[in-house]
Amino acid sequence: MADLAVQQDIPESQAHPEAPAVRFEDVSIGFEGKDVLEHISFQVERGKTRILLGPAGVGKSVLLKLADGLFRPDSGRVFIFGYEVSAMPEEELFRLRESIGIVFQEGALFDSLTVRDNVGYRLMEQQLPDEEIDQRVTEALRFVELEHTLTKFPSELSGGMRRRVAIARAIITKPDLILYDSPTGGLDPITSTTIIELVIKQRDAYGTSSIVVTHRLQDAFMMAGHCFNRETGKIEPLPEGTTDPSTSFLVLHQGKLVFDGSTHDLVHSDDEFLKEYLA
Amino acid sequence: MQQYSLLSARALGNLFRRPFYGADIITQADLIGVGSLPIVILTGFFTGGVLALQTASTLAQFGAGAITGQLVSFSMIKELGPVLTSLMVSGRNASGMASELGSMMVTEQIDAMRALGTDPLKKLVMPRIVATIIMMFFLTIVSDAVGITGGALVAVLMLGQDASQYFHTAYQSLQYADVLQGLVKPLFFGFIIATIGCYYGMNTRGGTQGVGRSTTQAVVVSSVLIIAVDFVISRFMIGIFGR
Repeated sequence: MADLAVQQDIPESQAHPEAPAVRFEDVSIGFEGKDVLEHISFQVERGKTRILLGPAGVGKSVLLKLADGLFRPDSGRVFIFGYEVSAMPEEELFRLRESIGIVFQEGALFDSLTVRDNVGYRLMEQQLPDEEIDQRVTEALRFVELEHTLTKFPSELSGGMRRRVAIARAIITKPDLILYDSPTGGLDPITSTTIIELVIKQRDAYGTSSIVVTHRLQDAFMMAGHCFNRETGKIEPLPEGTTDPSTSFLVLHQGKLVFDGSTHDLVHSDDEFLKEYLA
Repeated sequence: MQQYSLLSARALGNLFRRPFYGADIITQADLIGVGSLPIVILTGFFTGGVLALQTASTLAQFGAGAITGQLVSFSMIKELGPVLTSLMVSGRNASGMASELGSMMVTEQIDAMRALGTDPLKKLVMPRIVATIIMMFFLTIVSDAVGITGGALVAVLMLGQDASQYFHTAYQSLQYADVLQGLVKPLFFGFIIATIGCYYGMNTRGGTQGVGRSTTQAVVVSSVLIIAVDFVISRFMIGIFGR
């Protein structure tokens, strides 16, 4: 299937327009004899956002890395834009990943490169002209309101700024799928709100499919209950009792997917674990 | 062993695939080669000097003090030049590679690189292997030359030997097989230093403690392997050339 896209020179994400952005089929993975994820099945439709909740250490980051092909499942299959990433050779995965952006838990910025080179890394690898790289890097940094940090190194930035640079790096190629791994983990509430506003802005302004991993309920419900107003350029709360229809939830518990549904279903669930978790 | 072989094979296989990271090879050659030059010169110089100092008196007992130059050049070119240079570079660069790549592993920078569509084996490992092999070759030549010069200074200035005689015996007794042996070894040693350093770096687990562990293991394993492989190559070459 990958060969087809290569021959026709079309983006991998558009080669199978009918396929969901992400599909997990009965995926299991373990490390050192311990099962981390067991029989996980779900999908993310194009343009939709799934918020992945769960206690710390339950395997949320592992699930994201499976989706990006950074880990391979012990059993089951993972599809991204119709391509089975769990069976693709690494060389083909590199091409597919051009359509995927990922924000790592701690940012994972290259500490020996400046902000400009971090954000423009993909473009530099594609050997684009410097002027184009500068222009697109500035544009991406403007989105996260950090265009003044071009020449700084990651160590010179605060935790929140590093996370915003990581978001700029993930969105610079306008990917069709973004994977956010605890983008607000370890940040103070004000900075967390800034980051979540950026995620909402990306969701509503570009309609990008995404999986947002978090263990902070306030972040999750802010995403479900707010939208980006293109006219005012601000994040606004949705009317009382309504939630964003493109955002839904997944909940992991003890390596299993215990919930897959809408915001309404989640808050009205009778499941004991969910009740306790949401309380 | 299987993982190590896979890493080495895939990294070298990437040499012939696009994109070609020529600039990274040059950067690494500068860091590894030029950066190691001071320690290689110092080590070579004093090794040659002490070799002349220690052997001249013994040779003199047999009336063979005149072949001090021959002994120093033989020892430096066939054994001490390649081995000591490799051990120095191993201490400096295998550890550097293991700690640099190890830090990138534990901070998810390697994962980030893969996620951004770059093969770390191509971008990080291949340039280090190629640069180390190339630079080890030249560093060994520098070490040999400086070692023989160090021996000459000791022989002439401290032991009162004739400079012309020292260099004459040092040069005339050398044969093609000796030089070949001395120049083949650093290629293998360079490969060992880079692949072991990168292997331990790329397999680092367990935070900063893991980085420290990888660094130590990289130096220990590469040093032991260098000495063991030196024996194997020497035996092989002696078998072929008879000296």
